[in-house]
Amino acid sequence: MTQVIAQAPGAESFEPDQNSPKSNWREYFSFSLDHKVIGIQYLVTTFFFYLIGGALASVIRAELATPDSDLVAPELYNGLFTIHGTVMIFLWIVPAVTGGFGNYLIPLMIGARDMAFPKLNAIAFWMIPPAGVLLISSFFYGPSSTGWTAYPPLSILTDQHVGQAVWIASIIILGTSSILGAVNFLVTILAMRMPGMGMFDMPLFCWSMLSTSGLVLIATPVLAGAMILLGFDLLAGTAFFNPTGGGNPVVYQHLFWFYSHPAVYVMILPVFGIISEILPVHSRKPIFGYKAIAYSSIIICVLGLVVWAHHMFTSGTPNWLRIFFMIATLLVAVPTGIKVFSWLATLWGGKLRLESPLLFAMGFISMFVVGGLSGVMLGSVPVDIHLHDTYFIVAHFHYVLFGGSVFGIYAGIYHWFPKMTGKMLNEFWGKVHFFLTFVGFNLCFLPMHLLGLQGMPRRVSQYDPQFASINVICTIGAFLLAISTFPFLFNAIFSWIKGEKATDNPWNGLTLEWTTSSPPIVENWHGDPVLTTGPYDYGMEYAHEADLLAEPSA
Amino acid sequence: MQSAITDSNQNLVITEAAHGHQDHPDLRVFGLIIFLCSEGMLFLGLFAAYLTFRAVSTEWPPAGTPELEVMLPAVNTVILLSSSFVIHQADHAIKKDDIKAVRWWFLLTFIMGATFLAGQVYEYQHLEFGLTSNLFASTFYVLTGFHGFHVFVGLTLIAIMGIKSFQKGAFLGGKHYGIEAASIYWHFVDIIWVVLFLMLYIL
Repeated sequence: MTQVIAQAPGAESFEPDQNSPKSNWREYFSFSLDHKVIGIQYLVTTFFFYLIGGALASVIRAELATPDSDLVAPELYNGLFTIHGTVMIFLWIVPAVTGGFGNYLIPLMIGARDMAFPKLNAIAFWMIPPAGVLLISSFFYGPSSTGWTAYPPLSILTDQHVGQAVWIASIIILGTSSILGAVNFLVTILAMRMPGMGMFDMPLFCWSMLSTSGLVLIATPVLAGAMILLGFDLLAGTAFFNPTGGGNPVVYQHLFWFYSHPAVYVMILPVFGIISEILPVHSRKPIFGYKAIAYSSIIICVLGLVVWAHHMFTSGTPNWLRIFFMIATLLVAVPTGIKVFSWLATLWGGKLRLESPLLFAMGFISMFVVGGLSGVMLGSVPVDIHLHDTYFIVAHFHYVLFGGSVFGIYAGIYHWFPKMTGKMLNEFWGKVHFFLTFVGFNLCFLPMHLLGLQGMPRRVSQYDPQFASINVICTIGAFLLAISTFPFLFNAIFSWIKGEKATDNPWNGLTLEWTTSSPPIVENWHGDPVLTTGPYDYGMEYAHEADLLAEPSA
Repeated sequence: MQSAITDSNQNLVITEAAHGHQDHPDLRVFGLIIFLCSEGMLFLGLFAAYLTFRAVSTEWPPAGTPELEVMLPAVNTVILLSSSFVIHQADHAIKKDDIKAVRWWFLLTFIMGATFLAGQVYEYQHLEFGLTSNLFASTFYVLTGFHGFHVFVGLTLIAIMGIKSFQKGAFLGGKHYGIEAASIYWHFVDIIWVVLFLMLYIL
């Protein structure tokens, strides 16, 4: 099938109507091999699961508004927080930041036409919806009620045999999808950069995806091992983790956390990359410390693989082991701190475009630092002994995962929505969204630090009345958070269909994705992409020239 | 996947290419090796579990476990190891476009691999412990079982490539990814077995 597009010299680039949402929405439901379509498929699908996870959270917070277990049955409550955590991690953040942003941006940023293995890419995406449906369906016959960590012996002895088995199957499918994606990212970044783009010329998002993919490749299979052995115990009568049969439940914890700790770096590293892309563009300044940020991503990857047992400080782990893991854990703060200081230095003295992308990016930095501080506290064994399994932990990880990852994902969506859809998001409602999210988030999770310090345990639907007043505040914050989603949803949907048309480069960015149309054509560029500047050369003479050339001719 | 070319009037003509990989070299061997690092980590995780169970047990294997016969698995190990050298000959042969030799080397590898699997089945049938007998038994079956499954996948790859080699012009002119892939995968399966054998039977 041929299409002839006449391009008379001097005319502005003509984007045929084939890219309008009304005519090609079907493509997004198909087995497309185009990395841009797949990236958007990931983003929309995972956002859908985010809404489900959020709905579950709303029920949880509604229950916790009062000290008694009076809204839902306790067994159902256990299922609620189990599926909430599982969905948010495996069906929202991990696939959104890796499969969503990774797939969409990497080929564009390195001047490639697609990923190294487009078919594998599509296969990896299409494993997500069935695995998600499988997991959610477990509500119909009794979901796993062990928490997303699925510790034995409870996960083996549970009444919810089927729900637990379904949970295990779902995790194995999602883990496989993750690994296939990582193979694609590694090969693409290492072998498909355009001529003239060395490793230290590529955007920092690519560095972050490199280390993320390394982590996924090395750690996820060990989770598969844990799931396989757990599955055998649950279904085949073995006793790997069952003490009455000679097994050891702590071995499960080691296998589980060997993956699940790096998993948190998988959930944050791509977002670090997103922030490194957004700050220079919206403060119109080169990134401070490119090499430091690049190397720190690799260091986080390596260190992140040897700190897992800080989740097991109270599991009977011997002292010598706890001290090793404590030291390694505290060390991880160093490369992370390097990034934070580099970002602050990037913003400092910049011409800040205080619109939604930068607002969410700055929200990210501040909220992530709060989460990082509570993390450093928890990394200390004596502190963790008191705070483990309390609401302090819940506060910590929501600050890094919501205040960190989700704020960063929103920042990325506001930043790249024009490129992906060819439409601008409404800026007023973007600010409303930011404000409501910021207030709701802090109202919900900040008091949880106090709850934890006061001794409220996690994963309970019934708690001591002394904690009631603070829990009410948290619940109000949670409902505000729920409401905050709506301005964003309506903005995104409405703008995609009827929003103001976006130019090629609405933010005047310098990375390669901004040198093509919004949205890009199927093969990303007419002819070959041209590399004229470094990714962050704002204010440099030659970059200024290139910037003028890149200005839309309309 | 489409590519853009201009026709004589400087019009941009977008046509659908036969397949979309013309812009970059064949990266599938690289991709396979990266994937096998991942598979290797799966086995490493299971090995780590086995070694941990062993380290924290007062008695290993647990009391009452019948002793493992080493001779048959040792012979099997020799067969599997040798088969790696055999399939390596096929790799050499395809690089010289000698498709006939590839077929014979692949057939021989298949026979040796199938013999290995048959040996495993024979051993399973004659073992005096079952999957749930005790912790050692469970880890033994899961480890050797997963490895055996990977051998089965390898044999399937070899069979498919072997059959494909009878197609006209198959794998010639440098387009021999299938042969290389089956070969690399087979080496992987072999290396895993060597570690497994040492861990379960010797150490």
